[in-house]
Amino acid sequence: MKINSLLFLFVVILFFTCDYKPYSQGQVLYDFHCSNCHMADGSGLKQLIPPLAKADYLKENQKELPCLIKNGVKGPMTVNGVVFDTEMAGIKTLNDIQINNIINYINHSWGNDFGDSNVKDVKNALEHCNEAK
Amino acid sequence: MRSISTFLFTFAAILSLVVSSCVSEAQPDNLKLPILGNRDITANGDTIYHTIPDFSFIDQDSNVITNKTLEGKIYVSDFFFIHCPSICPKVKAQMMKIYDKFQDNDNLVILSHSIDTKNDTIPALKAYANKLEIKTEKWHLVTGEKDLIFSIADEYFVTALVNDDAPGGFDHSGRIILVDENRHVRAFAEGTDPKSVDHFLKDIEQLLNEDK
Repeated sequence: MKINSLLFLFVVILFFTCDYKPYSQGQVLYDFHCSNCHMADGSGLKQLIPPLAKADYLKENQKELPCLIKNGVKGPMTVNGVVFDTEMAGIKTLNDIQINNIINYINHSWGNDFGDSNVKDVKNALEHCNEAK
Repeated sequence: MRSISTFLFTFAAILSLVVSSCVSEAQPDNLKLPILGNRDITANGDTIYHTIPDFSFIDQDSNVITNKTLEGKIYVSDFFFIHCPSICPKVKAQMMKIYDKFQDNDNLVILSHSIDTKNDTIPALKAYANKLEIKTEKWHLVTGEKDLIFSIADEYFVTALVNDDAPGGFDHSGRIILVDENRHVRAFAEGTDPKSVDHFLKDIEQLLNEDK
């Protein structure tokens, strides 16, 4: 009996350790909407598509991210010392929660540790997208 | 108890039989890649294989690239366009893997056809090539007459269609094609699938060895 309950506990612990995967919706959305260009490992593509992995731009422009993702971006942008000038299309269909999940996923993936985003900040940022920086 | 051990023994015997038969069917190293596509048999019994027809396009350095330019080489081909919001960067990243691996092999070149003949001008292709940091003599990004590009896509068994409803205005597949020095199609990869491209890299090596 004792062995059985120990075994049960072991299985439960194993289940939770293996299944612990934060930001899973963010990852699904990222893989669907973003990974074709930014690549599944966030590496980007040469001087064509900027990386997200360990990207200084990402770290320093956290407040811009919701508008970037929703509305896209045009014009030159310097990331890790390289100038990129490829237009990115926005994804209008994403809601605040989805955008928040994507940001949290990219902020904590590929060696990034750029902090947590919350829905309130995303909502607030999206309300002020077109105002001057 | 006895029946269990008998069962186990039988099971092991069958298993070893299955495994050994699989092993014996392993392909020999000198197996050639197949020649793909329809084939015809002439009256005197010769086989005519599907062959990429003559072509003439212009690359990012304004060089005219024809089947003669590529004569004696094997090449990897694909179809793309610069302002492609969907699968192109993913496919290009895989093409880059091929480029990097065979960069120093003079027997192989890459031929990427732009299907957006209106926007992908020679300067635009040049800028794109610069951003990809590729050498023209190794990787030709070509443009040409729209009808010719679209019709040659069929010859490579690639879908390329104008579709205003598709992202970026074109429907096209991310297929990567391996062509031998006789202009026969020898292998494919799905450019959106890294595993498929890894296998394709081996196909390229095999073809390069075949031709030695």
